[in-house]
Amino acid sequence: MRLPCPICGERDRREFYYQGAAVALNRPAPDADAAEWEDYVHLRDNQPGDLDELWSHDAGCGAWLVVTRNTVTHAVSGAKLVSEAAR
Amino acid sequence: MGFDRLTKGFSGLRVLKEGLTGNKGWTPHWRDPAPKPEYDIIIIGGGGHGLATAHYLASQHGITNVAVLEKGYLGGGNVGRNTTIVRANYMLPGNSEFYSHSLKLWEGLEEDLNYNVMHSQRGIINLFHSDGQRDAYARRGNQMIAQGDDAILLDRAGVQKELPYLDFDQTRFPIYGGLYHKRGGTARHDAVAWGFARSADSRGVDLIQQCEVTGIDIENGAVRGVQTTRGAIRAKKIGIVVAGRSSQVAAMAGMRLPIESHILQAFVTEGLKPCIDHVVTYGSGHFYISQSDKGGLVFGGDLDMYSSYASRGNLPTAEHVVEAAMTLMPMIGKARMLRSWGGIMDMSPDGSPVIDRTHIDGLYVNCGWCYGGFKATPGSGHTFAHLLATDAPHPVAARHRLDRFRTGRGILDEEATGSQHNLH
Ligand SMILES: Cc1cc2nc3c(=O)[nH]c(=O)nc-3n(C[C@H](O)[C@H](O)[C@H](O)COP(=O)(O)OP(=O)(O)OC[C@H]3O[C@@H](n4cnc5c(N)ncnc54)[C@H](O)[C@@H]3O)c2cc1C
Ligand SMILES: [Zn+2]
Repeated sequence: MRLPCPICGERDRREFYYQGAAVALNRPAPDADAAEWEDYVHLRDNQPGDLDELWSHDAGCGAWLVVTRNTVTHAVSGAKLVSEAAR
Repeated sequence: MGFDRLTKGFSGLRVLKEGLTGNKGWTPHWRDPAPKPEYDIIIIGGGGHGLATAHYLASQHGITNVAVLEKGYLGGGNVGRNTTIVRANYMLPGNSEFYSHSLKLWEGLEEDLNYNVMHSQRGIINLFHSDGQRDAYARRGNQMIAQGDDAILLDRAGVQKELPYLDFDQTRFPIYGGLYHKRGGTARHDAVAWGFARSADSRGVDLIQQCEVTGIDIENGAVRGVQTTRGAIRAKKIGIVVAGRSSQVAAMAGMRLPIESHILQAFVTEGLKPCIDHVVTYGSGHFYISQSDKGGLVFGGDLDMYSSYASRGNLPTAEHVVEAAMTLMPMIGKARMLRSWGGIMDMSPDGSPVIDRTHIDGLYVNCGWCYGGFKATPGSGHTFAHLLATDAPHPVAARHRLDRFRTGRGILDEEATGSQHNLH
């Protein structure tokens, strides 16, 4: 599996660290209730198909990316910097 | 019963008689019934856990108006593709008593099922490679003894005596010793599914294959039944036991679970003469191995470490596993690898399973077994059947609740890596 880093280009999967579904970017407000925090920290859609994920290009430029990857075929259909995705 | 067992069940006499008469007397192990319009309990998933649940519902609770619905064939999921290790060397309260209970069920399973599941208590040796690891294993061993299981702390010479073929001179992770769990071992994975299936079927449970659940019917907060590729089936209670597909099936009831699906690969070599007597684990190198009764060396390592619904892995993990194998056990380089495969597993944030009711009346989940659910097969079925039959958690599974993630109380983080998805 190879991932297209927007800065470095396509690189081997082993250069990246995986953090899971990109839901981590939607942090609830500090005073959100327990259900919202549970949802954010632990619950996942986890359906087969396209998934937005967080990967860090550890052994490359060090950037955090949002990569859209199909969890059934491993085909990657997009990758952008978190700083751009968050905008 | 005694005579019936000799003529219909399995026995030495029966095997001898069939051997002398051309093995013509064997019959199918279970019926192939069409679904009835309604059952008391529907179990979604004909894997090891679902079939065990059906067996214990019938044998322990006398509930036999039960259907197990399986989208493929019985035992075609993870129960048929794991590395077959059975052990009770857990440490945290909650996990300790659960796996201890499960191992005791394994020890009586062949008699209970009248089926040879080839449960082989060949012993497991978990290697350690530093002082800190030795202390952690000593503590774990004490906990295992305290919970009524067995553990022996071996020093380097002790390991050398048991496993002379390891590379003791390696500099990467020198071998300091190992934790020896003698009652641990392996079992024949397919036979476990078949034994539970045959027992449940013979007690009247309908095992329905090629029947995929495509919807769960809910009215006024209570389950009414399921939609399947073979029509609608009504039920008062429904248990979801679908291993790596838990999130998919739970979504049919509008639920989200604390689960990410990941792939775990395994590998097997050509058949060899007996050379590895135990199960050996090499945690620091992410590698473990045993030899199957057919002679193949069966081994694996870590997850591929990203979400996956593909029943195959990627090569970097295969390479990593093989590197670790060569470091620990150079002789393995002479064996030819025949096959590798992957299974989809539910990974929970704390690495421990969930056996619980849901907020929907009559809907129950049994999920999150991660890469360790095979050893749990009897324990999972036993405690889930108890929950389905009585609506109360079985005492040894009382901590495997869904709400532990919301409250943070009772998180069962066996590896002490934190309750975070990508760490388990
Ligand atoms: C490579 C590998 C190695 C492993 N090694 C070990 C080990 O050494 N020791 C250990 O303890 N554990 C091990 N495990 C984990 C263990 O295999 C699993 O945790 C356990 O088998 C899961 O329970 P099960 O047997 O019921 O699952 P499965 O056999 O997967 O059963 C689930 C069933 O549900 C069915 N299903 C799914 N969706 C639907 C639907 N919509 N409708 C109807 N049916 C459906 C599936 O077809 C499947 O048959 C390993 C796993 C893998 C992949
Ligand atoms: Zn980069």
